[in-house]
Amino acid sequence: MALLEVKNLGITFGGLRAVDDFSFNVEKGQLYGLIGPNGAGKTTVFNMLTGVYKPTAGGFTLDGENLTGKPPIEINRKGIARTFQNIRLFKALTVADNVKVGLHNGKKYTIAEGILRLPRFFKEERELDDRAMELLKVFGLEGERDVIASNLPYGKQRKLEIARALATNPKLLLLDEPAAGMNPNETAELMDTIRFVRDNFDMTILLIEHDMKLVSGICEEVSVLNFGQELAQGVTSEVLNDPKVITAYLGE
Amino acid sequence: MSESIENPEEKCYNKKDLVFYRIYDRKEWFKVEFIEQLINGLNLGSIYALMALGYTMVYGIAKMLNFAHGDIIMVGAYTLSVAVSSLKFPPALAIIVSMAVCSLLGVVVEKIAYKPLRNASPLTVLITAIGVSYFLQSLALLIFGSNQRKVESVISVKPMKIGSIDITGESAVTIGVTIIIMICLTLFINKTKTGRAMLAVSEDKGAAQLMGVNVNKTISITFAIGSALAAVAGVLFTSSYGFVGPYTGSLPGIKAFVAAVLGGIGSVPGAMLGGILLGIIESLAKAYISTQLADAIVFGVLIVVLLVKPTGLLGKKRMEKV
Amino acid sequence: MKKHLKKIITVCAVIAIYFIIFALVKTGVLTRHYQSLLVPVGINIILAVSLNLTVGFLGELTLGHAGFMSVGAYAGCLFSVYCDLPVWIEFPLAIIIGGVVASIFGIIIGIPALRLKGDYLAIVTLAFGEIIRSVITNLDFLGGAGGLKGISKYKDTMSGFTIVFIVLVLTIVIIRNLVHSRHGRAICSIRDNVIAAESVGINVVFYKLLAFVSAAFFAGAAGVLYGHNLGILKPGTFDFNKSIEILVIVVLGGMGNIVGSIISAIIITLLPEVLRGLDNYRLLIYAVVLIAMMLLNNNPKFNALKDRIKNRGKVQTDAKEAE
Repeated sequence: MALLEVKNLGITFGGLRAVDDFSFNVEKGQLYGLIGPNGAGKTTVFNMLTGVYKPTAGGFTLDGENLTGKPPIEINRKGIARTFQNIRLFKALTVADNVKVGLHNGKKYTIAEGILRLPRFFKEERELDDRAMELLKVFGLEGERDVIASNLPYGKQRKLEIARALATNPKLLLLDEPAAGMNPNETAELMDTIRFVRDNFDMTILLIEHDMKLVSGICEEVSVLNFGQELAQGVTSEVLNDPKVITAYLGE
Repeated sequence: MSESIENPEEKCYNKKDLVFYRIYDRKEWFKVEFIEQLINGLNLGSIYALMALGYTMVYGIAKMLNFAHGDIIMVGAYTLSVAVSSLKFPPALAIIVSMAVCSLLGVVVEKIAYKPLRNASPLTVLITAIGVSYFLQSLALLIFGSNQRKVESVISVKPMKIGSIDITGESAVTIGVTIIIMICLTLFINKTKTGRAMLAVSEDKGAAQLMGVNVNKTISITFAIGSALAAVAGVLFTSSYGFVGPYTGSLPGIKAFVAAVLGGIGSVPGAMLGGILLGIIESLAKAYISTQLADAIVFGVLIVVLLVKPTGLLGKKRMEKV
Repeated sequence: MKKHLKKIITVCAVIAIYFIIFALVKTGVLTRHYQSLLVPVGINIILAVSLNLTVGFLGELTLGHAGFMSVGAYAGCLFSVYCDLPVWIEFPLAIIIGGVVASIFGIIIGIPALRLKGDYLAIVTLAFGEIIRSVITNLDFLGGAGGLKGISKYKDTMSGFTIVFIVLVLTIVIIRNLVHSRHGRAICSIRDNVIAAESVGINVVFYKLLAFVSAAFFAGAAGVLYGHNLGILKPGTFDFNKSIEILVIVVLGGMGNIVGSIISAIIITLLPEVLRGLDNYRLLIYAVVLIAMMLLNNNPKFNALKDRIKNRGKVQTDAKEAE
């Protein structure tokens, strides 16, 4: 059984069929790419997988559990975390606090314990600090822990978003255009980081990307969406050489 | 008592007759009263609608809650009062002067207080608007004192009677003027170049600017029109109520704001609908439920509407792109 | 080590402030008039710090804080009017009752209202505040428009101030501790980005309500203190102008800045008194100051200057630490 099974997923917005009859499976530990031209419906798929939109047709399961149409909070708690195409950090919080918000549900101390500063507060806050530092180190952000998130350079903001998503301890990580706006050096570095995350965190990753070098470099399998419909699916190198796919990207 | 013992049958007949007559009378009376209350409501609602238009137009274009808008009607009323009783202007001229003063005030306030804050947080702008409101109130307090000033009605239309329904001249003029203004405003916004520029700016300021719309000028015009409408509302309001004080605009201002939100803030037809509805609800609540609870009922209606339709009756729903 | 030192200094400072004011009152340095302002200043600090929780930390604009204050005031004062317990039990109980009743109203109002955003939430909370006021005016057992009379007053200036000071310190400590905990971070994350907060599993509805209801609690408690200071409660005092006054304090002090709220509450409460000699002009001055502050805070040149001054201070401390 695959970790993520998407079956006949579809959604319509006021008559517009944004995604139609889309199916794919992501195996545990896989790095899976979702590609396609602008407006193909890739982010919409992410929004359905994370509960931001409710699918109007089909559904998906994570580890065999049907999560179709569940609210975002519940989906996150069941093990799907994501980043956003247009970065959505907690701008006024520090880098460390951004990650700690991601770690929020992993800790147990109550509101009263927090206000009264009981021992469990101190113990768990120390654990939060340590864990946040570990995660920041993975992304080379340990030096910026006390920087306000909005003051970070663009590339680091993208990394922080991944760190925050990882903090929720997910089974599946969805990355929405992680390399957008990065230069080739940064992209290469990001590829290493993504691979590192997959290997060291035992993670399954589904990503949307336009940078074909990144996709062909790290994704084992890809699905191509075009006008909300599946165009091709399979091993990355084969799909990327498929004439249909090339036409969709470059036109006739 | 003794009568009924003397002649029970006759009494009975009479009583029946009387009861019948009474019911007929009460029904008729109720109808007349109801229609009169409705007209009262329309009168009040027209004033709210005129003010709500100012709120909604400014909100649509500058995306700010102009808390000082209510105080513009106070300024309008004072100007009128001074023009008529101290300067002995003829009513028509006084009204024009009042509109001109308010328009100018609206534009100046925008230039000095709101324009520098265009990119500031909505809360900062709100507080500034509150500051402007305090400023206008305290200025009026300094100039005219805290006593209410009597304003002579500039409307010299005689009360009329349609069937058995009495309509005051003020009500008739208020409703009539409001209808005319609404038609003109709708035409202005949809048919003229300036009006369409206003629509464009409210939709997307940046894009409008790129399309060659003079955003600053459009915003100024919006404030000018909104304030002129507030002046008209002030004139009509004081004509109906007869007095003006430094805080005259405060509560009607809040209610007009409620009306704008009720109709869907940013929507011009919404402001008209919200204003009229609010006026009618308030009048009927005062007549049939409780004078003191009328305001609570008005606010209650707003809450219920927003809970059912979070962007107001005619407001557009905007979805955030993820 | 450094952290502990800071804590100890803060505790000492709080105690010192109390005794300084105590001394000023006892020696009569503080005139009778200013003594009478101690309690109102304290109450406004409680109101401002609690409103900052919703406006500054949660990032939701509410204009109904005075409504919660009035609900709490009436509940707590009604209790102490009809209850005959020893003062040291009755009074804390009244404060807690005021707070709890206000938070119950917070829940009732918050559950539907917090689905709305921005200006819509502002107008709905304003509407709720006005409804509460109208209803109180129409309830005879609350004294109606004439007011609820016969509330026991503080024995003297110092006892009133002491009680307010204790509640004030508790309020600040509780809110500060709440904000600097995982729950507080969750509240701030909602302010910064709701969609992202949901995406990392933050229960947005719960934390919005938590902030809103906590703020209502302290507003209610402040109301009880207010009632016992005057000995009478009138519904007219709790209109939207009161809510706006508190909001102004919060915004001037800085959103999400507790110390700022405290300082700003002191200044804004004392300002009209300081300007008393100017009589009619004081409202005008207040308005002008308000507008000027807002404009200055958003003036790029002024902000650059502010940053320069701030940075200079920082560089100096950094240098000192390096030594």
